[in-house]
Amino acid sequence: MDKNSISRLGHLENTIGIFIIFGIMIALMNAGMINRYHQGIIIVIFINIILATSLNFITGCLGELALGHAGFMAIGAYTASFVTLNMNLGLPGTVQLIISLLLGGLLAGIFGIIIGIPVLRLEGDYLAITTLGFGEMIRVAIFNLDFLGGARGIFGIPRLTNFNVIFWITVIIIFVLFRIIRSRHGRAILAIRENVIAAESVGIPTVFYKIFTFAISAFIAGVGGGLLAHYLTIIDPKTFNFAYSIDILIFVVLGGMGSFTGAVIGAIILTIMPEFLRVGGIQEYRFLIKAILLIILMIFRPKGILGRAEFSLVQTLEFIKCKIFKNAKKPT
Amino acid sequence: MMLFIQHMISGLNVGSIYALIALGYTMVYGIVRLINFAHGDILMMGAYFAFIGIAIVRLPFWIVLIISMALCAIAGMLIDRIAYRPLRDAHRLSALITAIGMSLFLENLFLILFGAEPKKMPMIIKSVPIQISGIQITYITVITLALSIVCMVALDQLVNRTKTGKAMRAVSEDKDASKLMGINVNKTIGITFAIGSALGAVGGILFVMAYPQVNPYMGMMPGLKAFVAAVLGGIGIIPGAMLGGYVLGIVESLTRAYISSRWADFIVFSILIIVLLVKPTGILGKNGREKV
Repeated sequence: MDKNSISRLGHLENTIGIFIIFGIMIALMNAGMINRYHQGIIIVIFINIILATSLNFITGCLGELALGHAGFMAIGAYTASFVTLNMNLGLPGTVQLIISLLLGGLLAGIFGIIIGIPVLRLEGDYLAITTLGFGEMIRVAIFNLDFLGGARGIFGIPRLTNFNVIFWITVIIIFVLFRIIRSRHGRAILAIRENVIAAESVGIPTVFYKIFTFAISAFIAGVGGGLLAHYLTIIDPKTFNFAYSIDILIFVVLGGMGSFTGAVIGAIILTIMPEFLRVGGIQEYRFLIKAILLIILMIFRPKGILGRAEFSLVQTLEFIKCKIFKNAKKPT
Repeated sequence: MMLFIQHMISGLNVGSIYALIALGYTMVYGIVRLINFAHGDILMMGAYFAFIGIAIVRLPFWIVLIISMALCAIAGMLIDRIAYRPLRDAHRLSALITAIGMSLFLENLFLILFGAEPKKMPMIIKSVPIQISGIQITYITVITLALSIVCMVALDQLVNRTKTGKAMRAVSEDKDASKLMGINVNKTIGITFAIGSALGAVGGILFVMAYPQVNPYMGMMPGLKAFVAAVLGGIGIIPGAMLGGYVLGIVESLTRAYISSRWADFIVFSILIIVLLVKPTGILGKNGREKV
């Protein structure tokens, strides 16, 4: 088989894999194995996956620490809610949701560009503290703007986020991010992470790619925020505080910086874990245990669960094929 | 005019607390290049130790201060020993995440030990204002200013005059070279953590004297602002942290007084960003160009 047909087969396998997961989830929901409470957790997991992959794009791929991701979320969430509440076109819920999400993401992306511009001059920890500052500024601004509800927030947002919508939006986002990072532009971004000066000297427009990364990441975070708003139906500035930004960063680092599938795994584990500890009757201690696990993990496996590797369904299948048919050709 | 001076004094009061906390951030950053997120929680621990000492055991203020500083110094060294030392050579972000984990750990530990509801700190020092030609200065403000100046002078002497201070400066300059010169790097870093945490404890105690209640999350906001102060002055530079702390305190106080108290935090952070855009390494930071 030539390279092209292998990659086409890989796409097919991945697509089938996604449909199988979707089918299993829907079947479990219809069979009542996943009740409404579990469904809520699953939606939160998907929102966290979106945010983790979006932050991974900045922190893992571009290699810049961003501590204000909740700010982009807040912009997306407020814009999307504002649009949904004030734009009565009588559209079906999902279409309305998508329009709101796109507008929310767009505004967040514009802010991402505005925040990306200081990147021209700052680097490392100074950049990190700038993003932190922007995140806090956005929160304080929302808190003080009366037409956004101030401290009370916005309520009465219709619950338009459901499992189907969020599943496919997450799939599209991860697909797009993979396409970007595997393209020429993605390689440019990775080159900037490895060595800015070397990247610049081979003619990569580093400034453009840094701002591009911030804008894309902010757009996705804005979409995630919009989805959260349409799931919670109530949003207030306190939701999008510094602790949320840190939580998102922890998802990324736990899964492995620079790995999108790692970010997915990190988000899933850390969203489910407190729920399991809640069931275990050690409710009081669950955040303490989470903190201890985080420290232990960092000491013994500082690069996260997957490191920079990606989980690949195609390679896993090849591996299993090799194990089953001993005489089969080894995957290349 | 009198009112302006009054606001300046309250700015200095807040600023010296920020400066004390910022010193801990900046010292640790200078020596191990780590943003020690747990530092805000050291402040919280210092405040809780003071709360126990004053409200429950009923010890005099100065003894409580010294005990709390000592306990926080030990805690700081332990945190370094347990959580940060294994990661000295790992990726910087891993160490940062460990610091965040430590911060979460301390917050939740104190949440379990003392409960989530804020506890009222008894007023140990009478807040009878001293009147100087129309300006009111509370006794607490005087103590805060005096104590922070004493701490800063002591720190300055320690860093610039003693052998330990010399070792600290050497390690922050070049870890490997100072190891070759026979400096015990790990011990020096431990001492830096201890000193930074002791100063954080002083900051925490002064903070609860100004805002008399303790809760497990109280370290977050002053910690964040002190961090901003440290970056504002140029992170890693000790005089920078002091300057940054005072600048931040005065700006915050004047904003609250003359512009809007609701937008104070917004203005504080926007000043940080403007300063960094004009001078990317902070007010006192050296502008070193990266060489290939």
